[in-house]
Amino acid sequence: MDPLEAIKVTFFQECEELLADLEAGLLALEEGTGDAETINAVFRAVHSVKGGAGAFALDALVRFAHVFETVLDDMRSGRLAPDPEPVKVMLRAADVLADLVAAAKAGNEDEDVRAPALVKELEALRLGGEAEPEAAPEEEIEGLDFTPVAIDFAPAPPLEPEPAEGRFRIVFRPLRGLYAKANDPLLLLRELERLGACEIACDEAALPALEALDAEESYLGWTVLLSTEQDEAAIREVFEFVDGDCELSIVREDAEPQETSPEPEAGGVDIESLLRSMTAEAAPEVVPEIRPEAQPERAPAAAAPAPKAAAPAAPTAQATIRVDLDRVDRLIDLVGELVINQGMLAQQVAESGLARSSTISVGLDELEQLTREIQDSVMAIRAQPVKSVFQRMPRLVREVAALTGKQARLVTEGEATEVDKTVIERLTDPITHMIRNAIDHGLESPEKRAAAGKSPEGMVRLSAQHRSGRIVIEVSDDGGGINRERVKQIAVDKALIPADAVLSDEEVDNLIFLPGFSTASTVSDVSGRGVGMDVVKRSIQALGGRISIASQPGRGSTFTLSLPLTLAVLDGMVVSSSDQTLVAPLTAIIETLKPRPQEVRRLGPNGLVLAVRDAYVPLIDIGLTLGWRSTPLDPGDGVALLVETELGGRAALLVDGIHGQRQVVIKSLEANYQRVDGIAAATILGDGRVALILDIDAVVAARLRASLPSEPPIHQLAKAS
Amino acid sequence: MSKTVLTVDDSRTMREMLKSALVTAGYRVVQAEDGLHGLEVLQSEKPDVIITDINMPRLDGFGFIERVRSETEARGVPILVLTTESDPEKKNRAREAGATGWIVKPFSPPKLIDAIRRVAM
Amino acid sequence: MSDMSNPGLGERRELISFRIGAQEFCVDVMSVREIRGWTAATPLPKSPAYIRGVINLRGAVLPIVDLSGLLGLGQTEPSPRHVIIVARIGMRMVGLLVDAVSDILTVTDDLVQATPDVGCETVKTAVKGILAIDGRMISLIELESVLPELEAEAA
Repeated sequence: MDPLEAIKVTFFQECEELLADLEAGLLALEEGTGDAETINAVFRAVHSVKGGAGAFALDALVRFAHVFETVLDDMRSGRLAPDPEPVKVMLRAADVLADLVAAAKAGNEDEDVRAPALVKELEALRLGGEAEPEAAPEEEIEGLDFTPVAIDFAPAPPLEPEPAEGRFRIVFRPLRGLYAKANDPLLLLRELERLGACEIACDEAALPALEALDAEESYLGWTVLLSTEQDEAAIREVFEFVDGDCELSIVREDAEPQETSPEPEAGGVDIESLLRSMTAEAAPEVVPEIRPEAQPERAPAAAAPAPKAAAPAAPTAQATIRVDLDRVDRLIDLVGELVINQGMLAQQVAESGLARSSTISVGLDELEQLTREIQDSVMAIRAQPVKSVFQRMPRLVREVAALTGKQARLVTEGEATEVDKTVIERLTDPITHMIRNAIDHGLESPEKRAAAGKSPEGMVRLSAQHRSGRIVIEVSDDGGGINRERVKQIAVDKALIPADAVLSDEEVDNLIFLPGFSTASTVSDVSGRGVGMDVVKRSIQALGGRISIASQPGRGSTFTLSLPLTLAVLDGMVVSSSDQTLVAPLTAIIETLKPRPQEVRRLGPNGLVLAVRDAYVPLIDIGLTLGWRSTPLDPGDGVALLVETELGGRAALLVDGIHGQRQVVIKSLEANYQRVDGIAAATILGDGRVALILDIDAVVAARLRASLPSEPPIHQLAKAS
Repeated sequence: MSKTVLTVDDSRTMREMLKSALVTAGYRVVQAEDGLHGLEVLQSEKPDVIITDINMPRLDGFGFIERVRSETEARGVPILVLTTESDPEKKNRAREAGATGWIVKPFSPPKLIDAIRRVAM
Repeated sequence: MSDMSNPGLGERRELISFRIGAQEFCVDVMSVREIRGWTAATPLPKSPAYIRGVINLRGAVLPIVDLSGLLGLGQTEPSPRHVIIVARIGMRMVGLLVDAVSDILTVTDDLVQATPDVGCETVKTAVKGILAIDGRMISLIELESVLPELEAEAA
């Protein structure tokens, strides 16, 4: 990648962080928990975005950032107070800035529609503060000055010689300040030499005897006769840095090119002898060497307070390093292979008949232990706090609230809760939909809330925590709760339930998850996608998760998401069905049962049920359902897995046998093939063969819909009855 | 032996751009993320030139330059300030703190190298 | 290695030829990742007959396509003597079950003749051209056309 492109990537990555810091800082100011340092940090964030944008000539971004930065500078210097109203404007400006960054990243040249309006609001803030009438015209001048220059890595073009050559007499006498700022006359003289031929004379008249010498004082001056085609401005430019720290006179003399070197007053000397004379005399260059030696005590003493001062200032952050995600992914894949390989080895050793107490077997057990620990540690590397997902929500809440005319405040909890990267990426959409729903449907309008005795501003709470090996995310609102009458009516209207259906409160609440249910939404286009809860539910289930809802009329609703901590490994039960090995996700299995003939009953023409204590559950022949056998298995010959599905229903899955439990690495079927109904994914077992991972919900649902096989033989009927 | 430049800037992007231009021109680059970090680095590095930004957390450019000039062995090292403002006030303040010269952002590599050449061998 | 290419008459390509029953086919060697012996595949439920299942290829799950079945030449009864050609098709890796691999041919475009129209849709889609080499007829398979079959059928 061309170096400039690589740095551009870095720039956009950095912008992500800066924008996050910017929002966090502004939110803190809004809540009143910010201080002077917060304001500084916020200023620096925008300043840095502007700086980088300027280097890449991202004009629209630069212009907006500049106005924003100026307002923040006012706040930094106390001219503008961080009151709620200005901060709200700045929060919106931060949103626009983020959009402009995104547009720049995508190479989108279109004008952002919100930018001009916000620029006006920002400028109004400046004038509203300490009104500086000159501020307005100054801004325009600043704007004019401000021409972003695109980086050009090509070598600098040679100076164009001007037609007329002139002769200048330059008298240059440094003052002590020049040396204190580490400027070096020799370098300046060298710069002059680049402009044209020079004759340089050094005036040492002011140089005192050695014992009277002040090491930091300036005693030397130079007279330079320069023949150049450049103009005076170019000569002045050489002395740009030392302007004010020297006496400088530049006089143009007759433009007669001198062929022979004249006799300057101080005697012609060339650079070499000048060097010699400078180093021979007590030249200022010698001074820096003397000083540090003379004061060794001072330096370390100064250095000591510095780290001490640094310690309280810097929080004790844990040492971190940046790692390419590819490398982590590769490591995780390799560890997955290690687990598989170790499993295969263990199996082969077991099959070879080696005693369990033999050193090899014992060694293998230790290996398994180690491998498991490595896998846990490696998975932990990829575990990320949900903060990155939660961070985008405040802005979402602002926008949805604005769109729907509601007032909403977001409270988050448990941002530090960690989850594997594979899950995090898939969380954003469902959480986004649920929050939109909460504000659009859950919260009442400010008037309605006031009438109900609630504060006009509604609250949306987003929390994450670990619970029994899973991550539980809750989105709750203090709105009106689910309007059960309305929901039921909509379901009836859409023919999702019969008109006379009798449903419990929870059953009514769950109607919103039915496909085809989505009620009209004001927020249909915040991201251009429909917001049906059935879509949310399906995407959660695709992750191996569950979603449920609890609602209290007038008080609000809470959606609870439960997800596995990682999509990369699974705790499974290894079972066999018609000579095929399958893995069933352990989280769905309640218990395993050995069906006795008297516990199996017929229901309807083809259905079988299993008695489990006082209840009957459908008995589903896995081999039949997956098409691996054409005649059903005699339940007495198999084992039943009692499972719970997402909808809360139960079923018993009939398999041939159970072969233990293990943690398996999940391999995608879709990567090289496609989705297979009834199968969630695949894994590789100890014998190196691929085993399919059962999608329990799909299997149960399919069994209910699928065309049923012919009636089981008579002898089974006799057994069952 | 190539010259060493210490770049002090809190922006990763800026650090990389400086490094890219400097390394191409044959300089060896040492980096720091803010003024305090810069002072720490100066305890073990002896750069020939220092380039620093002004707006940084913990210790800004002005503070950094003042302390370099008063506390460290690098007091004789040329220091160039990066400024986006052609604001004379910022430049003066930098010079009062002890800056040798300045580079206006956004900079082009030739201008950067020019500025360095004007203050260092 | 047979090099039949005529210099200067278009791009040279390397093709790997293989046998299914009595017919010979070939595919561009650039798509082929490796050749493996047959290993028993885990069958996929409710999949078309020509999808034999999936195998473990160094940790990745690889679907095995019975090319004979796909081309309508009859289902293969796989044995250890059969061969799996691991090919990359687009973003996917797929294993093609064939009887045996014969040869690597270097040809130029001019040697590829148009496919004769025998009134078969499968042939029309899958066979991109015909090569006449040493009196043998070798059909050039376009792998990308093999995969859409997968998606249409199993959907």
